Amino acid sequence: MKELLRRMWSAPKVRAGGILFVCVVVYGLLVPVLSSVSPVKQVGDPFERPSASRWLGTDNFARDVFVELAYGTRTSLKVGLLAGLVATLIGTTVGALAGYKGGLVDGVLNSLTNLFLVIPPFVVLILLSMSLRTRSVSLLAVIIGITSWSWVSRSVRAQVYSLKTRRHVDIARISGFGTLSIIAREILPYILSYLVMAFVLQVASGILNEATLSMLGLGPLGSISLGTMMSWALMSEAVRTGAWWAFIPPVVLIALITFSLKYVNSGMDEVFNPRLRRG
Amino acid sequence: MKRFARYIGKRLGWYLLTFLFALFLNFYLPRLIPGDPISQMVSQIAAGGIESDTMKKLFETYVHEFGLDKPLIVQFISYVGMLFRGDLGTSFSQYPSPVTKVLGQAILWSLALQLPALLVGWLAGNVLGAIAAYRKGVFDHTVFPVSLFLNSIPHYALGILLLYFLAVVLDWFPVAGGYDQALSVTFSWAFAGSALYHYVLPFMSIVLVTVGGQAIGMREMSIYELNSDYVLYCRSLGIGSSRIVGYVFKNAVLPQITGFATSLGMVIGGSLVTEVVFSYPGIGTELFNAIRQSDYPLIQGCTLLITLGVLGANFLMDLSYGLIDPRIRAAEMEEAAA
Repeated sequence: MKELLRRMWSAPKVRAGGILFVCVVVYGLLVPVLSSVSPVKQVGDPFERPSASRWLGTDNFARDVFVELAYGTRTSLKVGLLAGLVATLIGTTVGALAGYKGGLVDGVLNSLTNLFLVIPPFVVLILLSMSLRTRSVSLLAVIIGITSWSWVSRSVRAQVYSLKTRRHVDIARISGFGTLSIIAREILPYILSYLVMAFVLQVASGILNEATLSMLGLGPLGSISLGTMMSWALMSEAVRTGAWWAFIPPVVLIALITFSLKYVNSGMDEVFNPRLRRG
Repeated sequence: MKRFARYIGKRLGWYLLTFLFALFLNFYLPRLIPGDPISQMVSQIAAGGIESDTMKKLFETYVHEFGLDKPLIVQFISYVGMLFRGDLGTSFSQYPSPVTKVLGQAILWSLALQLPALLVGWLAGNVLGAIAAYRKGVFDHTVFPVSLFLNSIPHYALGILLLYFLAVVLDWFPVAGGYDQALSVTFSWAFAGSALYHYVLPFMSIVLVTVGGQAIGMREMSIYELNSDYVLYCRSLGIGSSRIVGYVFKNAVLPQITGFATSLGMVIGGSLVTEVVFSYPGIGTELFNAIRQSDYPLIQGCTLLITLGVLGANFLMDLSYGLIDPRIRAAEMEEAAA
């Protein structure tokens, strides 16, 4: 693991993306601690222009956008991380079992993966979240994770399938180790770099999925996220009346977070996938 | 040929099963809504103050449509039966319009927007990505980060930016809608012109994000191919670089085709929400309105159409892939024959 991190850090893309991501995280964590302003408090009039005291002005609810943005970033990061974790865990488990076991287990699990691969996650997300009475941030994140694991599963299955014929796996099997411990000890360490990359991408797509749901009015209830901020700005006609400070900040932050994560992913790909390096 | 027919048959069977599963989700999940959905819905419609007679009629319509008094499996079968008769139920928010009537127009607008935008984006992205991989240098160093950045912004967020800068600040384009409301929807030059004028911004939002995603994938694929032995061999034989680029492009673009079909399920959400930003009269906007008004039959109609579209696109891609890639054709057919 230490070696993995060291090699990751040696790539300039990973370093640049990582630093950008950390900056966003620090903003999301620090502002709520340093500022005593509540993100839902009315601090003045709606759509006040940015000023020295309120750096990003106020939104349609007369809330301080700079503070709100930090809380929104926090929520979006939380959704992304949790959704990414759920998706990566389910995907790895399903993919590894399918690839290692083969036969009937593979048949069932692989069909399931293919099923979730073609049925649009967007549709399942809408259907699921509209049938929930409470839509907390964590619940929404878990649901997003549950609908987006199929990509991870597909690649893990293919990689495990080719790894399971290695000699050290055979030795472990002859020595009488169980399926789970062989997968965990003899196979997964070899695809660890891939799993980290998949997780990074899943975090990004989790954040985007939350934003999409929020834009449709199915976002977390009673919380501020980057998606709900965009949605409110749009519905309160901030865009058409020119109140740019209400919608450009969340758009830029969402782009920055996703960009930094995808940049890290792409950098890692070049480190761990030598065929992608340029001669 | 017989084998190919069998291959198609097998794929078709698989897609039918998948569709049935999706249909079940579409039917079952809204039924998980806590409480009695019908009373909830009817009281929502009746909030505007409807006479008790109408209210009773409303209630009966929905009890009949949902068949809630019968066991689940019977409900499902009658739901599928209704679908086969082209009946998607009755919309709540636009009662008594049937859902099919509400969505009939919307689907045309959506197809006219999404299909060309996604195709143009795909094509431009792939050409750009291939060039970036081949040219290297400054070109690559700009195309790659710009593509990645474009692809990091969701379609609708880019839509918001374009709307603000090009329609509000510069006033070059209209701020909302699919056509000038003063015109009626007819086949006239004035209407076509107005529709085209309203088309530009949503089209651009979807194209730009798609270009970004495709360029990244294609660049990666092309680098992969450029590093392979056959390229080295061609070079050592002294074959001209334009021919090598031709070979590389052909090989690299294949995974991009299926990749695109498979990712459609992920992409379509973002691109449909773009319609909301521009109040474009398509499925995305209908879905948004339906969700806001808890119009469950309309939501179900939208999700069903979206699923059908994505599955259909995947099936077509499977078929064409069998035709364009001889390796896949051989492998798949052997599997189908076995």
